[in-house]
Amino acid sequence: MSGSLRAGLRLAGGGWAARGWAGRRRLSQAAAEGGGAEGGGSGSGTGSREAVERLVRAHPVVVFMKGSPAQPLCGFSNAVVQILRLHGVEDYRAHDVLQDPDLRQGIKNYSNWPTIPQVYLNGEFVGGCDILLQMHQNGDLVEELKKLGIRSALLDAEKDQDKK
Amino acid sequence: MAEPELSAEALRERLRRELGAEHVEVEDTTAARCAASFRVLVVAAAFRGKGLLQRHRLVNQALAAELGRIHALEQRTLTPEQWAEQGGQ
Repeated sequence: MSGSLRAGLRLAGGGWAARGWAGRRRLSQAAAEGGGAEGGGSGSGTGSREAVERLVRAHPVVVFMKGSPAQPLCGFSNAVVQILRLHGVEDYRAHDVLQDPDLRQGIKNYSNWPTIPQVYLNGEFVGGCDILLQMHQNGDLVEELKKLGIRSALLDAEKDQDKK
Repeated sequence: MAEPELSAEALRERLRRELGAEHVEVEDTTAARCAASFRVLVVAAAFRGKGLLQRHRLVNQALAAELGRIHALEQRTLTPEQWAEQGGQ
């Protein structure tokens, strides 16, 4: 499916979801099962395993979400953005799956995880909103960020408090 | 095949059965969201020795039939020991 065609479907609103879904899922499943399958050779193929893998490995911190960090369109995606912000992680890649139905299904196939948001650290899937929140609460997130060479801003906040 | 019922009670029964969970709480949070949403607390021995990601995967698997129609599923997954430590809360 070409980018322009997909954009057209999106603009058509309402009706495309029902018509486009079956075909899109077939494509994504074929890509997942076939391993090497391309997106039909017809264009973006953003949902293929290879394309998704490139995205998750493109940056130490990658988030697939609904909306953007500046304007999250779901409470759970917003929570992920806020947690990263708390830790001072501003430099990360965020992909809006609402802008790309192929990617939305492709990322679920890739991680075998049914929901959005999804967080990847160093190319590895760590979980969704609940898991990131619990990692934040139990201190694991600070440790995981450290492994990536990122110093959590919360550590500095704690130090400031100790001084007082 | 009939679609499995989407209710807090049905989800609780399935989690109990599939995971052998000893304690399950399911809260229907649909009213606060735009579509069918649930918050679950699952206490199961099957979680022992497993990280959060694996535990959540077990829950997702147990609810695979329902997940297609659930918009959001919030999870807390504890071993019986963790549950006891937290005073059963």
